[in-house]
Amino acid sequence: MSNSNDKPLKKVCIICAKGTIEDVYAALVMTNGAVMEGIEAKLFFTFFGLDAITKRQMKKLKTATIGNPALRMPGNIPFPTLLGALPGVEAGVSAIMKNQMEQLDIPPVDEFMDLITAGGGEIYACKLAMDMFKLKREDLCEYVSGVLTIGEFYEMAGGEGTQIIFT
Amino acid sequence: MAQKEFAGHMVDVNEEGYFTNPQQWNKEIAAAVAKEEGLELSDKHYAIIEFLRTRFNSGEALSIRSINKSGIVDVKEFYALFPGAPLKKSTKIAGIPKPSSCI
Repeated sequence: MSNSNDKPLKKVCIICAKGTIEDVYAALVMTNGAVMEGIEAKLFFTFFGLDAITKRQMKKLKTATIGNPALRMPGNIPFPTLLGALPGVEAGVSAIMKNQMEQLDIPPVDEFMDLITAGGGEIYACKLAMDMFKLKREDLCEYVSGVLTIGEFYEMAGGEGTQIIFT
Repeated sequence: MAQKEFAGHMVDVNEEGYFTNPQQWNKEIAAAVAKEEGLELSDKHYAIIEFLRTRFNSGEALSIRSINKSGIVDVKEFYALFPGAPLKKSTKIAGIPKPSSCI
């Protein structure tokens, strides 16, 4: 499968800037997958992605029901944008998403972060976005190793075989 | 199909070294595979290997989360027992196919 001339990936630095269920989980699955393969992994949350690591929001992530043309109802019927705007619909759709993920044994956000950090992966918050959203260190969950400037993030991304991935 | 000798037994393996016939496995063979991976197996290792084999035999998917829920070790210990890529390493030693799960 792999070419003997290929240099194996040694480190991934993954950036998540959005706070929807799917954006956050894409970053979590990629980070955890790296840790499981023995690849050093750093996960960096910025802007709306910070919702995933703030104590208050991390268990309340949602999937957008408007502006999401790939969202369909059972039977492959397009999800009407106007329906998505009704109160409670976004919460309902998000609950269905979480339920589907649980059936595939995909853990909730906090448990996923526990798995990542237990395996040696590290999770960071962006300083600038924290300032912008008026968040303090104590607003963040226990799985966060620190708050970084972009310069510190790049320092962390050094070394041969490192990839920076913006999800 | 490739064959490889472990502890005096010939076993069928695929190109990545995973057993293609889990029936050919025994504890001695596991120790020999582990040695190749640079590991000395303890009772804890064997307990995890048994768990993996039982779960595989009942057709359940293997994930890092299932290890955490196993009651044998938590994830931190699992990474410490099988350093590097724990799920890949432990399934190889357990004589079962490489897990196809993304989690």
